[in-house]
Amino acid sequence: MNSPIPFARPQGVPRSASPDAPAAPKMSIRHLDFHYGAFHALKDVSLDVGEKRVTAFIGPSGCGKSTLLRVLNRMYSLYPGQRATGEVLFNGNDLLGPGVDLNLLRAKVGMVFQKPTPFPMSIRDNVAFGVSLYERLSPREMNERVEWALTKAALWGEVKDKLGQSGMALSGGQQQRLCIARAVAVQPEVVLFDEPTSALDPISTAKIEELIAELKSDYTIAIVTHNMQQAARVSDYTAYMYLGELVEFGETDEVFLKPRRKKTEDYITGRFG
Amino acid sequence: MSATRTSIYRRRLLVNRFNLLVSLLTMAFGMAFLFWILIVLFGNGFAALSPTLFTQSTPPPGGAGGLANAIFGSAAIVAVATFVGTPVGILAGIYLAEFGGDGWIARSTRFVNDILLSAPSIVIGLFVYTVYVADVRHFSGWAGSAALGLIAVPVVVRTTEDMLRLVPASLREAAVALGAPMWKVILKVTLRAVRGGVVTGVLLAVARISGETAPLLFTALSNQFWSADMNAPMATLPVVIFQFAMSPFDDWKALAWAGALLITLAVLVLNVLARTVFRQAGPR
Repeated sequence: MNSPIPFARPQGVPRSASPDAPAAPKMSIRHLDFHYGAFHALKDVSLDVGEKRVTAFIGPSGCGKSTLLRVLNRMYSLYPGQRATGEVLFNGNDLLGPGVDLNLLRAKVGMVFQKPTPFPMSIRDNVAFGVSLYERLSPREMNERVEWALTKAALWGEVKDKLGQSGMALSGGQQQRLCIARAVAVQPEVVLFDEPTSALDPISTAKIEELIAELKSDYTIAIVTHNMQQAARVSDYTAYMYLGELVEFGETDEVFLKPRRKKTEDYITGRFG
Repeated sequence: MSATRTSIYRRRLLVNRFNLLVSLLTMAFGMAFLFWILIVLFGNGFAALSPTLFTQSTPPPGGAGGLANAIFGSAAIVAVATFVGTPVGILAGIYLAEFGGDGWIARSTRFVNDILLSAPSIVIGLFVYTVYVADVRHFSGWAGSAALGLIAVPVVVRTTEDMLRLVPASLREAAVALGAPMWKVILKVTLRAVRGGVVTGVLLAVARISGETAPLLFTALSNQFWSADMNAPMATLPVVIFQFAMSPFDDWKALAWAGALLITLAVLVLNVLARTVFRQAGPR
């Protein structure tokens, strides 16, 4: 059965500013293997994350897509027993190699998590926290940066009169946009989104998807999502993963409209997963 | 509804009522003693209250006096114990929760801390007596603070560790993901997220040590006269209560009741304070 694919984009809507120009790789993943203790979670994964493009990772639960994302900022290094082997080139350097300064890496590769995680401090301080780690700004410059980041995250209008209030008093969708503002404020090169909308209502989700589309002009974005329509809507490239393996990777239109592999087609048409 | 269903439902209602009644009775039983203690204490304590309580030192039998020396002594010794014990306890708690993991250092520290937590306080008094008081050959306020500090530290260690473990891993990861070094993550984010709980732990430790008597008998001893010298024997409320309550003199007994009332009120205030702080800024 060749079911119609409900989330195909209408013809003539450009996908990105320069749809046909191939993106230079910002991150190159080569033969990546990942282990949680004895469990082999990623198996020989190789792909490029294009600069100033949105790359989506889809696949059923436990397929390793979040694991892959957590390799890209070395988040897994917090936990003993988790290890990655292979190569991930970021600006030409292997970020899995020895002597990588993890704090500096994470300042360049930001992350937004599934659940909103505002820090227990004011809205302003939430955004300023990351900035003050690596930059010495005057109070005026800092205010400008906070406004800039909150504007980028489409939150400025809602919070500009209550910057001193606790970030935890915001609604879920606002908290998530605060987290995006916080990640953007440090001006990273890459932003990783780990199921950023799975805890949010449809309106907040739509806002965050718009935001991702907008952030693409300045940042390289990798997003993990359970929502295939979301992947189809926001991404330029899609990687379909299953049981720790990269099954298919290509331009989103191709992966969704004419997948090369049967497994991918079964998943995106909802026959399995 | 069929007859069996109704009867099952009736039975459940009955069991429910019976259990509710039993739990209410046991609660009433426990609370009755608590209120009994408070009534006796308040009756005798308020009767013995007088303005000279705060201005004069402990009198000889038959003379007029107050508890000024004991109140000051208790406050000073508890304050020193708290100011030294709190940072030690919080830092150790941070180590156990954030760095120690399941390594042998963390596991043995936790084990020893649990032992200290439940160690009889008289043993801790004897310990300070042996290693310090016997060595310098005089009792002192410092020795009293040392003993009380040793009792307070494990309480603070435990609550700090427990509180930090309540911080969701996602909050820690979010701070790490911004490139923050671990010490900043802990100081600015995780510790801050549970500061209410940590402060509660400290206040509960203070409440606990302000009523301790046994460890002070071997360390601060007591002093009939006003003394603000931490290097000399000092009067403290619990020890004065102990001595005066055992005496045959009515005016001493009255002072003991007044002292008991003061300690109880102070601990009550601390507990209420701890609870309000906790409610305002507890972990989410």
